[in-house]
Amino acid sequence: MALELNNEYQYGFHDSEENYAFKSVRGLTKEIVLSISKMKNEPLWMREFRLKALEIFYKKPMPKWGDTELLNEIDFENIFYYVKSSEKQEKSWEDVPKEIKNTFDRLGIPEAERKFLAGVSAQYESEVVYHSLREDLKKLGVIFLDMDSGLREYPDIVKKYFATIVPPEDNKFAALNSAVWSGGSFIYIPPGTNVEIPLQAYFRINTENMGQFERTLIIADEGSSVHYIEGCTAPTYSSDSLHSAVVELIALKNAKIRYTTIQNWSKNVYNLVTKRAVAHEGAVVEWLDGNMGSKLTMKYPSIYLVGERAHGEVVSVALASGSDQHQDAGAKIIHIASNTTSVITSKSISRNGGRASYRGLLKVHKGAKNVKSTVKCDALMLDEISRSDTYPTMEISEKCVQVEHEATVSKIEDEKLFYLMSRGLSEEQAKLMIVNGFMEPFVKELPMEYAVELNRLIELEMEGSIG
Amino acid sequence: MPELLKIKNLQAEIDGKKILHGLDLQINTGEIHAVMGRNGSGKSTFSNTLMGHPAYKISSGEINFNGTVINDLKPNERAKLGLFLGFQYPLSIPGVTVASFLRQAHKALKGDTASPRDFRKLLYEKMDDLEIEHAFATRYINDGFSGGEKKRMEILQMAMLEPKLAVLDEPDSGLDIDSLKLVAQSINKYKEKNPQLGVLLITHYQRILDYLRPDKVHVFIDGNIVESGGPELAVELEKKGYDWLAEKEAAKA
Repeated sequence: MALELNNEYQYGFHDSEENYAFKSVRGLTKEIVLSISKMKNEPLWMREFRLKALEIFYKKPMPKWGDTELLNEIDFENIFYYVKSSEKQEKSWEDVPKEIKNTFDRLGIPEAERKFLAGVSAQYESEVVYHSLREDLKKLGVIFLDMDSGLREYPDIVKKYFATIVPPEDNKFAALNSAVWSGGSFIYIPPGTNVEIPLQAYFRINTENMGQFERTLIIADEGSSVHYIEGCTAPTYSSDSLHSAVVELIALKNAKIRYTTIQNWSKNVYNLVTKRAVAHEGAVVEWLDGNMGSKLTMKYPSIYLVGERAHGEVVSVALASGSDQHQDAGAKIIHIASNTTSVITSKSISRNGGRASYRGLLKVHKGAKNVKSTVKCDALMLDEISRSDTYPTMEISEKCVQVEHEATVSKIEDEKLFYLMSRGLSEEQAKLMIVNGFMEPFVKELPMEYAVELNRLIELEMEGSIG
Repeated sequence: MPELLKIKNLQAEIDGKKILHGLDLQINTGEIHAVMGRNGSGKSTFSNTLMGHPAYKISSGEINFNGTVINDLKPNERAKLGLFLGFQYPLSIPGVTVASFLRQAHKALKGDTASPRDFRKLLYEKMDDLEIEHAFATRYINDGFSGGEKKRMEILQMAMLEPKLAVLDEPDSGLDIDSLKLVAQSINKYKEKNPQLGVLLITHYQRILDYLRPDKVHVFIDGNIVESGGPELAVELEKKGYDWLAEKEAAKA
């Protein structure tokens, strides 16, 4: 199968194509990378960085783990690597597939937001909110921009931290992202500043936040804290079928970063994302990662605990729904310093022939003493045709560590259904209640509106699962 | 008193094994009936069959509840008619709080649209009645509850859902004497406030009957009622055990 990344024909989006200010040709060449850099008017070092990354991308083999079969179906020659987003947004609402519109309807997404989510409009009601938010943040010295603007306005900070956590050498998709990245968020929190409200990519309008190869960099300076939220539960309609993002988090001494993702990609999308964080002395990093939709998701948020008493936490849920869907998700925690602690909580649900895999790494370096870690992964399978796998890896090179690992695979028990039904719930309601309960450790960490949305989405997904 | 439950010649099986052999029973509104019998005599099959557990098949006979034959109804449909089963082993549902569970069940059975606030008020009132701490409202259903807490939660559920007939399957099993007393008292309190409630109490100890005075006592042996009587029958069983009835039954055959 050739990966049809320019799916605009399929969905009738070809009308505006002639108007594109810039659109690269298929396949990835040095010329394309150079023209992306030129278009963005980037400093020389970034251009060199992109070119070096391109070389690495060419040389790197495909990962030999994960869903290699699906991975190898990706045809890199058949991808448009850059489409200027302002043009992208001229797509018409009429062209958005009906099922996506229906889902917006049933989720009760406001009209203006629907267009935004469908990628047909960047103008969105919260523009005013965003502007006032940005004024407040400015007073605090907080920088919250799209990555392109970040590079233009704060080149020194970007240069200091960019690609220090996820170098292009890391993996083929990180290299690809490094060569052609566009959009994403750039956030800097000054020392001692606590940003009370969550920063949402949602508010970052008029920018390329739905980008195919977005790049996010968050730096929380000493003693600061921030919560960043990306995505939403509504299906993110993308005509691009390869989403390959890189996210880098840097929590300096005693800083705290929480990064929440809820994504529900349309079913044509390969979602291959490299997310990594570094936690310095006394810092806390938390990844909350909710994965729904897509064809194949491979995502393992990782945390390097490099300073004493740093704490890392990953809570992830994956919903694999349908035989054409594989969620390969998990977490990586690397304990490098002593007295560091970590918790991994992974929840997966598979139904309708879907496949959910947990892939995790817990590593304790030699010399990291008095390390504590808890890993808990639970899989819930809703029928006989679905699949769940667990691939936990532990590399412990130190004696004085305390590691707990627990994994469960369960089905919805008839006795539980009977119990709930005896209290008046229908079979469907009873199943949904058990599933919601299973997801609770994740959902309870979300801001209220996201929690409500997520529960509603699960309800939608579960509809018709009886039979 | 009007008939609430009328069972005629009920035969039921699980996995092709016949457990209930032609049982007859009638309970009228407001009555308390105790079904006593040894472990393995078919008491729990009886309660599961009444509530409509899918693993139990009715091979013959009829269960008429409040004028409706419920043989083929699903558990939730039976609940809607006013039937309640207090489980011998209540199940835990991690991640679902007692309050949200009860709110959904309440809504499903009564179709009400009480605001979360009004519902909470109602729940707290019932908890106060049964002397259950409010903190239980936000705990996950039966998750990490002690035996006594689980049994009292069943009574709280009954109190919230206000059934016409409560089948209580061994609400006394596994409890120490103090917990037993608490559970019995909460059943009594609710029953006093709701005299129309019919109760079918399944137990193999006489002790709980000291607190809950049954109108009728039935003895279950080998999947059928072999003897019925007043409260004095329970006292006799406590003294003499079940053997004399089993022998009597064997002699009949």
